[in-house]
Amino acid sequence: MPEFKHKDIIALRDLSKEEIELLISTAENMREVNSRDIKKVPTLRGKTIINLFYEASTRTRTSFEIAGKRLSADTVNITPSSSSATKGETLADTALNLLAMKPDIIVMRHAVSGSHYFLSKKVSCSIINAGDGAHEHPSQGLLDMLTMKDKFGRLDGLKVAIVGDITHSRVARSDIQGLTKMGSSVYLAGPPTMMPPGAERLGNVTVCASMKEAIQDADVVMMLRIQQERQGKTLMPNTREYSRYFGLNPQNIKLAKPGALIMHPGPINRGVEMSSYVVDGDQSHILKQVENGVAVRMAMLYHVCGGEME
Amino acid sequence: MAVDTLRTVILDKSGISRALTRISHEILEKNKGLSELVLVGIQSGGAHLALEIANSLEIIEGERVPVGSVDITLYRDDFKSQTPHKSVGKTDISFSLEGKRVVLVDDVLFTGRTIRAAMDALMDHGRPRVIQLAVLIDRGHRELPIRADFVGRNVPTSIKENVEVIFSDKQQPLEVVLEK
Amino acid sequence: MSLIIKGGRVVDPSQGVDDILDIVVDNGKIKEIGKGLAAPSGSEIVDAAGKYVVPGLVDIHVHFRDPGQEYKEDIVSGTTSAVAGGFTSVCCMPNTNPVIDNKSVATYITSKAKAEGLCNVFPIGTITQGMHGERMSEMGELKEAGCVAVSDDGKPVKNPELMRRALQYAAGIGIMVVSHSEELELVGEGVMNEGFTSTELGLKGIPRIAEEVAIAREALLSEYTNAPIHICHVSSKGSVRIIRDAKARGVKITCETAPHYFSLTDDAVRGYNTNAKMNPPLREAEDVSAIKAGLKDGTIDCIATDHAPHHLDEKDVEFNEAMNGIVGLETALPLSLKLVDEGILTLPEMIDKMSCRPSALLGLERGTLKPGTAADITVIDPEKRWTVTEEALHSKSKNSPWLGELMTGAAACTIVAGKVVFSGR
Repeated sequence: MPEFKHKDIIALRDLSKEEIELLISTAENMREVNSRDIKKVPTLRGKTIINLFYEASTRTRTSFEIAGKRLSADTVNITPSSSSATKGETLADTALNLLAMKPDIIVMRHAVSGSHYFLSKKVSCSIINAGDGAHEHPSQGLLDMLTMKDKFGRLDGLKVAIVGDITHSRVARSDIQGLTKMGSSVYLAGPPTMMPPGAERLGNVTVCASMKEAIQDADVVMMLRIQQERQGKTLMPNTREYSRYFGLNPQNIKLAKPGALIMHPGPINRGVEMSSYVVDGDQSHILKQVENGVAVRMAMLYHVCGGEME
Repeated sequence: MAVDTLRTVILDKSGISRALTRISHEILEKNKGLSELVLVGIQSGGAHLALEIANSLEIIEGERVPVGSVDITLYRDDFKSQTPHKSVGKTDISFSLEGKRVVLVDDVLFTGRTIRAAMDALMDHGRPRVIQLAVLIDRGHRELPIRADFVGRNVPTSIKENVEVIFSDKQQPLEVVLEK
Repeated sequence: MSLIIKGGRVVDPSQGVDDILDIVVDNGKIKEIGKGLAAPSGSEIVDAAGKYVVPGLVDIHVHFRDPGQEYKEDIVSGTTSAVAGGFTSVCCMPNTNPVIDNKSVATYITSKAKAEGLCNVFPIGTITQGMHGERMSEMGELKEAGCVAVSDDGKPVKNPELMRRALQYAAGIGIMVVSHSEELELVGEGVMNEGFTSTELGLKGIPRIAEEVAIAREALLSEYTNAPIHICHVSSKGSVRIIRDAKARGVKITCETAPHYFSLTDDAVRGYNTNAKMNPPLREAEDVSAIKAGLKDGTIDCIATDHAPHHLDEKDVEFNEAMNGIVGLETALPLSLKLVDEGILTLPEMIDKMSCRPSALLGLERGTLKPGTAADITVIDPEKRWTVTEEALHSKSKNSPWLGELMTGAAACTIVAGKVVFSGR
């Protein structure tokens, strides 16, 4: 029987194929809890989970909060506006102060890549990464994989296209790490200004010259969010031109396999990454991703709460 | 592999079959038929046995009762001491439990803790009119005030012994073994 | 007070000497160098058998944080660290607080070093007033106050017209301009080398061209003005090529690299190790090879440490928040000796790049064992094995990427002006 032996979940890069499979299978079975009238199990009764979000997030924070509550844990949310971050307190001090209140898990989102590894060295409780800089977003990677597995019954051998700003995307990195471990082939497309050096070495990854090449015969098309504040003024002329060459629309969607899954980590800029026709179309699984997010996060909380290991 | 455990078959395939048939008759007698009756097996052994009992009931009454399964991992009371955590199994109850006569099925009744967890899980799915318990083996050593309504066989055991129901690849019960 | 160093392998590239010799030191100066010398009675005797005896090492690029940030380092702790690393002279960069842009700060440093320091400290003044990159500093007076070069190290001089005029003006005075070459717009918010490692770690990258574009500008300005320029901490393959080409054209350009650029790649950053965070950042294997080739063919003139002490509180933080730089004075010698082991440099070439050449570039009148010159001598034990630990480092700061690693080679005895100031770890 597979076992999950990590105290923390910081990056899918750190997990084996078997551990990722275990998290996905636990998440599949957690969904039953979410589908009934009484959406609660007593599993993490008496456990305290702190959601420490240094970056604004509605969906991920809410999803983690609901996941914790459905497992009967006590969840507390701390966001930058109400935290000591603005008073010049260091992350280490904040964490140690929180630790003194004896949480079992800290779920953190932070703008600096790798800050969870730093935190993990400072505190004894479990750490779950809810997104760090442009590094990883493991819960998103897992829920994306669960959504794909729901549709195809497998991940092995799938062609997954990821389109957009790869350089700044932690979602892309977690998807690439997870999917290539599970045997999928990942095809990346985006303006060359948004393609990081050595992307093809991240796993079973092909960097494509055009969006067309990436989505041709794809089983899954994952569109990444364009954030004006990240891409700044130098990476693209404007969203209009971006959308023309890297947006998903009713025409180019036909290049993918019939019935291909269309996904997006959200929030969506309608008319930029995808036309509304695609967002609301039959192939769009964006809301399914959100639904799976709760189950995946329940699985993560459940497995890291296993006690002292390593 | 060191084989210093003593392995005794205490019930063979036909013995199991006779026990399950008897249990089926007792269920029918106690509930006065199949009306409002549902079976829920505890993963994984109990779930397999629940299907066997359903088959048996169908042979007797010519009617199929709803069968579900419940995984109790998320309701365990030894959660803290388990490191690392067990993988979570499938709970599949695709019918309402509201007002139903639920027969909970497990393979071996031991401390009673699994049954406690399963009853909590059932309650979270709705409010049955009554819950009854059917087990193939009752080996004693209860730690909670729980008893079975239908028992295949009572097997007095020492606490150190292990009782296991062996299933085939097709999840059919083959034999019950006692390991010392 | 006299001293004799007996039986060591004396390597002095300034005189083309490489032989088993004795050296007699008297009254702070080298008196005699030769075979079988007799010590004047009462002389201190340094047995150098099996060791190298070389002109005291010279580091033209250190940050001593004094005045202003003495919690990181000061002139006393800095020079203690220097002599423990075998250095007898260091040139300290002006990005102190206040910066060394006037006579009084320069005088503070030279007088404090003279009174309390263990080795020679030569201040480097700023190129621009306040290091603001707007007006030239008073280079003439800085030189009179003891400054041996001018640099806005830590910050590039952005305005090319100002840099052109600074080069011309400094050449007139006879003071070297030392350039921290970096195009800040290309650095952006980068925190490590731009490459596969930054892609995998999700950290913002600093492209090599941020350095190379700036060095190319400096080479062209130097060529145009016919004024000398020295380039700090060269880290990339392209930088070596640009400087090699410029030298071939006769441009008066010189440069240095630091031991970390020929010893480590950006793989050292993995695990978000803030002790591998510096500027310019650690590059990749092909850059390390190019740096070694540049040292070998003479493109790179000297090895300097860029000794940059930072307090634990400034390094034990999230990667992006950590300060740039590492301490280097005590690890430079063993790391450079590795180049000799690998056959990249001969021992005399290595000593040239760590003593004679840097001294000559800035006119320090050091870097030689000629009789009559200041008796700054380093005795090196090439076999000494020691582990880099916080306790082993004499600097106030412990931000070294080699913590926990075994080094081979160390200063066995460091002599400044005829006085033994360090006698081995």
